[in-house]
This record gives sequence, C-alpha cells and structure tokens, in this order.
Amino acid sequence: MNARIGHIASNTFREAVRDRVLYNLIAFAVLLSGAAILVGQISIDIEKLVVINLGLTAVSLFGIVIAIFIGIGLVSKEIEKRTLYTVLSRPVRRWEFIVGKFFGLAGTLVVNTFFMAIGVFAALFYVAHKFVRADALILIALYFIVLEFLIICSLALLFSSFSSPLLSAVFAFSLFVIGSFAEDLRGFAGMAHGLTRWLATGAAYLVPNFSAFNVISSIAHEQPVAAQLIWHNTLYALFYAAMALSGAVLIFEHRNLK
Amino acid sequence: MPAIEILGFEKTYMVGFWRKRPKCALSPLHLTVRDGEIFGFLGPNGAGKTTTLKLLMGLVFPTAGSARLLGQEWTDPRVKAQIGFLPEQPYFYDHLTAHELLNYYAQLSGVPGKERSRRVEAMLQRVGLPEVKGVQLRKFSKGMLQRVGIAQAILHDPKLVFFDEPMSGLDPMGRREVRDLMEQLKHEGKTVFFSTHILSDAEALCDRVAIIHKGELRGVGAVEDLTSSVQGKVEVIWQGTQVPTSMKALGAECHVTGDTVRAIISESQQDAAIDALRRERLRLISIVPVRTSLEAYFVEKLQRAETTAGRMA
Repeated sequence: MNARIGHIASNTFREAVRDRVLYNLIAFAVLLSGAAILVGQISIDIEKLVVINLGLTAVSLFGIVIAIFIGIGLVSKEIEKRTLYTVLSRPVRRWEFIVGKFFGLAGTLVVNTFFMAIGVFAALFYVAHKFVRADALILIALYFIVLEFLIICSLALLFSSFSSPLLSAVFAFSLFVIGSFAEDLRGFAGMAHGLTRWLATGAAYLVPNFSAFNVISSIAHEQPVAAQLIWHNTLYALFYAAMALSGAVLIFEHRNLK
Repeated sequence: MPAIEILGFEKTYMVGFWRKRPKCALSPLHLTVRDGEIFGFLGPNGAGKTTTLKLLMGLVFPTAGSARLLGQEWTDPRVKAQIGFLPEQPYFYDHLTAHELLNYYAQLSGVPGKERSRRVEAMLQRVGLPEVKGVQLRKFSKGMLQRVGIAQAILHDPKLVFFDEPMSGLDPMGRREVRDLMEQLKHEGKTVFFSTHILSDAEALCDRVAIIHKGELRGVGAVEDLTSSVQGKVEVIWQGTQVPTSMKALGAECHVTGDTVRAIISESQQDAAIDALRRERLRLISIVPVRTSLEAYFVEKLQRAETTAGRMA
C-alpha cells in the first residue's frame, strides 16, 4: 500500500479511537453479559441459540451505526473544518485521501469487531461452559459482517463526497435497509411485468444485497455455510466497495473545496 | 526562472439555488513572482486573495487559465513537495498533539523517517511551542494554532511558501516574530508569497506587492517604486519653535512640535529653504523626500477602481 494512504488511514483510525468510538464496546459488553445471564436463567436448551443470534446481530448493528455515522463525516467534516487544505496542499492525491479514509474506517471497524467477537465467544462459553467444533462457524458470520461493513463504509464515503452529513446518513441508512431486503426485491422483480419489472430488477441489482451476508440464523442452528457463498460474498463485497469508492473518488476529484 | 507564474487564472462560481447565475470571483489574473522575493498580495476582504491561493494549491479548479510553480505545472504532485501553505485561520486535527500533527504532515510530505523527528522538534522550537508539544490541539489558543500552522507550512523545507493572512490572530509580539521568520526564510533563499490586508506588514517586509480588488489586479510593483511616486515634495525639519518669514514665503506647510518644526515644501525650493534656515542661524535636522505610504497608494487604487465602476454603472 502506498505510504501516504497508510498514514491517512492511521490518522483516521487514531481520530476514531480518540473520539471514543470504541466506547461502544462498553455498551456491547453490558448488553451481552446481561443477555447471557438472563437467558441462562430462563431458557431451556436454547441458550446458545439466543446468545449467538443476539451477539452477532448486535455486532452487526453496532458496526453499521459506527460505519454510517463516522463514514458520512469523513470527507464533509474535513471540508467544513478546512483540515483538508493542509493535506491536499501536500503531495497527496485526492484519490489517496479517499482510499486512506476508507481503510482507516474499515480498520476501526475490524478492531471493534475483533473485541466484540471476543465478547460473543465469552458469552457463549458462559452459557454453554464449553466450545464445540460448530462454534467455529461464528467466525464465518463475523467475516460476512466485516464484508458488510466494507460496503457500508464505501457507501458512506460516496455520499459524504458530495452531500451534507445529514443527507448522507439518510441515504446510507436507507440503502442498508433496502439492501437487507434485496432478496425480496429480486423476488418481486421476478413476479412483476413490463416497466415495473425492469425498474424493480434494476433497483434490486443496484442496491447492495445485504441479505446474502446474513447467515446468523443458520449458524445459530449449526448449519454449515457453502464455500461457494463465502467466495461469492467476498468477491461481491470487494467489487461493490471498489465501485462505490471509485464513485467517491470520481466526484471528489472534481470537487471545488470552497 | 520565476517562482510563480500565474497565466490568466479565472474563477467563476455559480450561485443561487434554483436559478443559478455566474459570480466572478477572479478575473483573468496574470502575475509573476520572482525567485527569492517576499511578495505581498494585498486587497480588502473578499478581493480574491484566498481564491487565488486556493487555485494555486489545487483546492479549487480554475474556470480558465493555468499556473507554473517553480517551473512546473501547478497541478503536478511533485511540485507540492516543494511548497508550503498556511491557510487563513487554520484549523487542524484537534485530536492530535502538536508533535503528532507535525509528524503526520512530515510523513505526508515525504520527509524520511530518520530525519522526521529531528525536523519536528526543531520546528516546534522555531515557532516557540516546545513546552506544549504533547498537548492536544483542541486546548490551543488561536495564536498557538497560527504558530502550528506556520510550522507545518515550513516543516518540509519548501522552496516556496504561501501564507494566507499569516498575522491573523497574533498579538504584536507574535506578529513581529512572524515578520522575522519571513525575513529568515528569504535569507535562506526561499520565496514567500503572502496575502494580507495589514499594509504596514507588507510595507515592512515585501520586495514587491500586488493589489487586488473585486477579483481584478489593480497594481503590481516594488514597494519603493509604488511609494516613491511622490508629488515632488520634501520634508524639512529644523530645531526651533518659530517659523521664519522667509520659510513662509516659500509657501511651506509648517507644523511646530515641541522644539522642532516640520515643513513640507516643493522639491524645487529645497536650496532656497536651506539658505533661509542658514540665514536665520537655525539648526537643520533633516531634509528628506516625501514618500507616499503604501496605504495611501492602496486607498488611491481602490478609490480609482470604485470611481471607474461607478461611471460604468
């Protein structure tokens, strides 16, 4: 990786840490330990199922909220506060800035997810008192969640490169919600006719298909994940994030910093 | 080779929400700044100074025109390694300490790792912030931020430095220090281009200045040339409390202050004035040509521009 991108990414990560973004881990820990104790008392043989479902859903939601709320300010905040002036007046290309910001935020989310994953496994051990081979499937769910974060980060950056933080948040969150129902949208497109079919198909393939990344429920039931799905999701997430990032770069390359 | 060549930079913004209309921020600007000089870019607020600097830094794109910095195309990233820039009222990453911030900028400017730490320390010393190097910038005053801004602009030893209103937010001592620093930069062979509306700073520092108003260049030249375009008058000062009749006869405008008298007379009557004072046995202290101040020149240029605009309207 280009050194300047690394420096920008490292500064973005440091900013997130110093702005106490990782404090969300405390809330996560409280939620998960509370849930583990509660289900340990009231559930009958479904403690693991509840903890895995709740834990992984919390990992996903906490991360998405962080990705959207940091991502939407990554470019617009720098323009508004004019911190960008002293960066772009150096031998830093605009695309390097965008890519550096992306990696910084993605890095923050990976670290955040790592600590949350430790929490999930700790809660699991608390309720089950042991680990079994099938628990390793949780790592696949966590990997898919990280892939989801990459897409969300790139979309937040894309919106941040041309609109205000508020609008960017609305756009990014709407896309996340629509993308979570992408399979339903594709199903609807298959049933529709004429122009509606064209429009629905276009929208279904344009929005990120987050439903393909949600394997939490099947993993909680200890169902294996097909290797093909892992490859497919990896390539899809990388391709989608690269496209969104390219869009952000393209817009930002031509933007006047007033 | 000139340090800066601005070849017809022009900037028009589209303003308005529904019905966009063009607003000219900068008319075609042609300007050359020589290597090694301190160049002042003067103008009232909203004149187009910051727009020009942003164009040169590649922060906004020109509607037309181009520029060359140190002989290279101004958009070339390689040239940016050789220039420093202090924006107006700078704001920095306030989660960083002064040391971390300068280290980050040194990394982005490509300062080698081994030299980085030494450079950062030296720069903090140079701008008078060594004691607060570990303090986060969110706790810095405006003046301290300005010092950090100056440090980051010269940290990587650039050949060409741009300062946008560098004295802004500084107390008299701070302003003096910045003036001294600019002179040091000049002695180190660097070219300094700075915008200001504080004319006394420009007059004291600059080799040449340009005056811009409402996006148009109104005048450019050496400070001596601009301020010596005088009306052919001299100022005569002598010791005394009264004005001799012979001096009054020369049509001198005289002012008595304490035990000295100051008179402004026509240059052609200089010898007659000396003779008159000698006859009256009065002690001559000085006799110097009257020079227009940069401020007077500036005001005159702006007034002329306003009058022309009024006539055209």
